[in-house]
Amino acid sequence: MSYDIIIVGGGIQGVATAYELAKRKAGKILLLEKTFLSAGSTGSCAAGIRAQFGSEFNVSLMARSLQIFEHLAEELDVTNDFLELWQGGYLVLAYSQAEFDGLKERVKVQHRFGIATEVLSPEEVAYRFPRVNIEGIYGATYHKRDGHADPLHTTFAYGEAARRLGVEIRQWSPVTRILVEDDAIQGVELADGTKEYAPTVLLSAGAWSTALARTAGVDLPIWGEKHEILITEPWERVLDPMVISFSRGFYIQQRPHGSFIMGLPPVNPVKWYDPEEFDFGPNSDFLSRMSNEATHVLPFLAQVNVVRQWAGLYEMTPDHHHIIGPVDEVRGLWVAAGGSGHGFMFGPVMAEQLSKWMIGEPMDIDLTPLAFRRFKEGKLVVEPAVVG
Amino acid sequence: MVMDPKKVIICRCEDVTLEEVREAIKNGYTSWDEIKRLLRVGMGPCGGKTCKMLVLRELAAFHKKPIEKLPIRPTAVRPPLRSTPFRAFLKEEEL
Repeated sequence: MSYDIIIVGGGIQGVATAYELAKRKAGKILLLEKTFLSAGSTGSCAAGIRAQFGSEFNVSLMARSLQIFEHLAEELDVTNDFLELWQGGYLVLAYSQAEFDGLKERVKVQHRFGIATEVLSPEEVAYRFPRVNIEGIYGATYHKRDGHADPLHTTFAYGEAARRLGVEIRQWSPVTRILVEDDAIQGVELADGTKEYAPTVLLSAGAWSTALARTAGVDLPIWGEKHEILITEPWERVLDPMVISFSRGFYIQQRPHGSFIMGLPPVNPVKWYDPEEFDFGPNSDFLSRMSNEATHVLPFLAQVNVVRQWAGLYEMTPDHHHIIGPVDEVRGLWVAAGGSGHGFMFGPVMAEQLSKWMIGEPMDIDLTPLAFRRFKEGKLVVEPAVVG
Repeated sequence: MVMDPKKVIICRCEDVTLEEVREAIKNGYTSWDEIKRLLRVGMGPCGGKTCKMLVLRELAAFHKKPIEKLPIRPTAVRPPLRSTPFRAFLKEEEL
């Protein structure tokens, strides 16, 4: 069987790009997923969406991504309830004067792109968010259109919409090899030995992309980094914003479902390039560190019950930005992976812009600085506002 | 006696009915892993101890395959096994 485009990986990036390509009539599209849609980093993420970044590049991308999220229910013919879209804002806490000054610099960039972030004193934080313990806080920034969307339902909604436009989505179909001949893409080989052919292959398999790219002779600098996260029993709404700290690393949000979802970065991160090494096992040290941070900043949580903890992979790159675009070494091979902890929230805008790039339409936001060639050319992209 | 699928609760933690499960399967969500993420069956405090077998039985009937042959991802251990308050996990110096 032959296709115009084969997409490898059924997370937000692959599925949303399949939809955007089909919408632009890019031809016959096959999406192959190793297990089920959203099973990898997308489905284990903390569901946060925010435009409070520091670089012009990321702020402009997330300004567009928030717009897409705000109209996504209509676009994909679902409801905001289904997407669990909740815009209760992100409250970014500063635990030193230097950190507060840094946040205020970023707010200037955000304002230039129409992101109306507010700067709050500790007293204003206490007044507006009385659940938050302001001990040790020098100030905060707050942007009310940041918030939450359910990564599972969002991916499913893109998947259903893509199918309606004729995209073939095959789950439980692991790709084992990318087929290349004379430096040009031929297609892919699956675990059961079958082959599918297309002149264009998009690799959007998160941290699993690295091992697959190697079968095409391409060495991507993307590694998996284990991050742990937990969820509680549902409560009535008591906390509107995602409460985060870049310096302490925590992020805590109450979901529309009522449960609190939260995480902390690993103490000694390890770089995993080979899926054989990936380990999703639970760690009790995370549970106690998380409990201490959570009950310090939101003391009422002490009495809330934890239901479940799990682990997922940040798909990291050396400069914490996606690798997106064509791979010069192999004609027809494209990559969209390496979201470095932000893959879900950037998914909709990356899919929209990448689909334009792939069919040769002009992009509204130029993604070319994120192409793989930046590592050869030494042109890394810098972002100061990363958590975990 | 035939029970109304609208009134049969498959997941007591998250209030999911048999009708919702069958509707999901009909709409193409044909594995336990997808149905869990679509409907929240198995995401509540019991972690799927009751609902998982019931959903798998529905899927086996749909696929006309024994449960062992259904597509499924190996289950990960996700503590705590019973809901436990944060204060129970605080490090000792904080108590």
